[in-house]
Amino acid sequence: MPSETKIAQSYVEKPKTLADLRAGISRGSVKAADLAASYYDRIDQANPRLNVYLSLTQERAMEQATRVDTAAAKGDPLGPLAGIPVGIKDVLVMQGAPTTAGSKILKGYRPPYDATAVRKLDAAGAVLLGKINCDEFAMGSSNENSAYGPVRNPVDTERVPGGSSGGSAAAVAANMAVATLGSDTGGSIRQPASFCGVVGVLPTYGRVSRYGLIAFASSLDRVGPFAANVRDAATMLGVIAGHDPKDATSSPAPVPDYATESDKPAEGLRIGVPAEYFGEGLDPEVRACIEGGIQALETAGCTVKPVSLPHTRYAIPTYYLVATAEASANLARFDGVRYGYRSPASDTLSAMYSHSRDEGFGAEVKRRILLGTYALSAGYYDAYYLKAQQVRRLLAEEFLRAFAKVDAIVTPTAPTPAFKLGEKSGDPLAMYLADIYTVTASLAGICGVTVPCGVTKAGLPVGMQVLAAHLNESTAFRVARAVEAAQG
Amino acid sequence: MTAKVNPDDVHRVAELAHLELTPQEAQGMLHDLNAILDHVAQLSELDTTGVTPLAQMSELEGAGGAASLRPDVVLPSLDRAAVMSAAPETDRVFFKVPKVIER
Repeated sequence: MPSETKIAQSYVEKPKTLADLRAGISRGSVKAADLAASYYDRIDQANPRLNVYLSLTQERAMEQATRVDTAAAKGDPLGPLAGIPVGIKDVLVMQGAPTTAGSKILKGYRPPYDATAVRKLDAAGAVLLGKINCDEFAMGSSNENSAYGPVRNPVDTERVPGGSSGGSAAAVAANMAVATLGSDTGGSIRQPASFCGVVGVLPTYGRVSRYGLIAFASSLDRVGPFAANVRDAATMLGVIAGHDPKDATSSPAPVPDYATESDKPAEGLRIGVPAEYFGEGLDPEVRACIEGGIQALETAGCTVKPVSLPHTRYAIPTYYLVATAEASANLARFDGVRYGYRSPASDTLSAMYSHSRDEGFGAEVKRRILLGTYALSAGYYDAYYLKAQQVRRLLAEEFLRAFAKVDAIVTPTAPTPAFKLGEKSGDPLAMYLADIYTVTASLAGICGVTVPCGVTKAGLPVGMQVLAAHLNESTAFRVARAVEAAQG
Repeated sequence: MTAKVNPDDVHRVAELAHLELTPQEAQGMLHDLNAILDHVAQLSELDTTGVTPLAQMSELEGAGGAASLRPDVVLPSLDRAAVMSAAPETDRVFFKVPKVIER
């Protein structure tokens, strides 16, 4: 591997569609075991440069593939993802497989159970290839905060893949998996999908169980899929969505057949365009791509109209107060007692806590824990945390009002295309501001899909974010399909 | 909301969060926290009098969700041996930690 070169390289390769692979496996013309082996070959070839996979779960994958092949040969019914090679972001626990959340503090941890989303993939016949790199505890927008080194963008290896689910987006873009799971707290699925030129889904809060997702900010965290096309992403969501008694916030609403729903034309849908997402800071090339996508929607028979979301400018401060406050509480569990790293240099309990955390956590995680602890501390709680929760309601209600008038809202997913490695890593605030278009939907609990919508002159992908009301994923998929269909 | 964080605040918050910071780390955090809190201060422009805080999505009407509590029945927990095997130090029944009380 030319891993020392500074010359940007492309590893872009489009996976076959899930439906094609599934049909081949069902017919017997594709063997799930051969398919899995070919993906491990691809990983061997590309991983040294891209740093996507942190660990491989070959044994479990090959067992599953063999099971699928045996069932297919006998003509037994196959699950909707039978034999499909899938990768899992390393913030989701998988029984017996190393699970680090991108942190040193969990190095060597092997969880005793599967996350619900992982269990559902497994039950649907998916072949789970391994665990995928991400920003430490999903905190970051570039994947540079991983304790195991940054992931590189397969489109241009000198650029970041986005974050925090950068590895999950890169895996699909480089055909190191047909689809992957990620998590999104403030944009962690949508922004990397946009940077890598793949489809990413932010399901409605509660649509997918969080059981087994290592918690960052519990009122915001979502589990969602990445895929190379909208229909595959819809199929993936259909498998992982649904009520789970182990997550009290999971929705009991029935799960539609999202893939079939996504086949419906977008004609007649009312599309809102919020001026607040097209102002200062938006890269002109990104703007041009998104405007092209909006034109394509008009051509497809959608009605495009302006909507107003005036509280958008308050979303970043609101998000970073709410998310860090919740993180400071959630990350208290990493204390060297039950799992993960314990500092050997501790003779008292208190010293063990602080040494273990100090040696185990990276700088960004410490920064967010400190900010969150500060915002929750005596004397500041009302001014920061409570205030942020009030503004959160204003932001959410503003979306509900907008969705009374339109079926979907379209925006750029990120203000710029993928930036260079190291470009923003020294300035935390600049990195936070890059989440401007994604944190709003996170705070409001609504759903969205990001879909590739053109490239810049330099060939960097641009994503359009399609937002829809709570539990209205089907509409977001239909609109995203229309945008996708208009791409060359 | 324009309070500036000072070095003592950083020290106090780090202690609350069970984090130790080197003097150099503390300096960096001081700078970053002030930059972030300066940005956050713009929230004070908004009049939120009478707005009910939104802590959980289930508190948002029209969002299609409500907390669904499961019946209060005893269900099997994770296997103790599997859980204990992931811990840094146990006696297979309890987690072991350094001495808490001197006697």
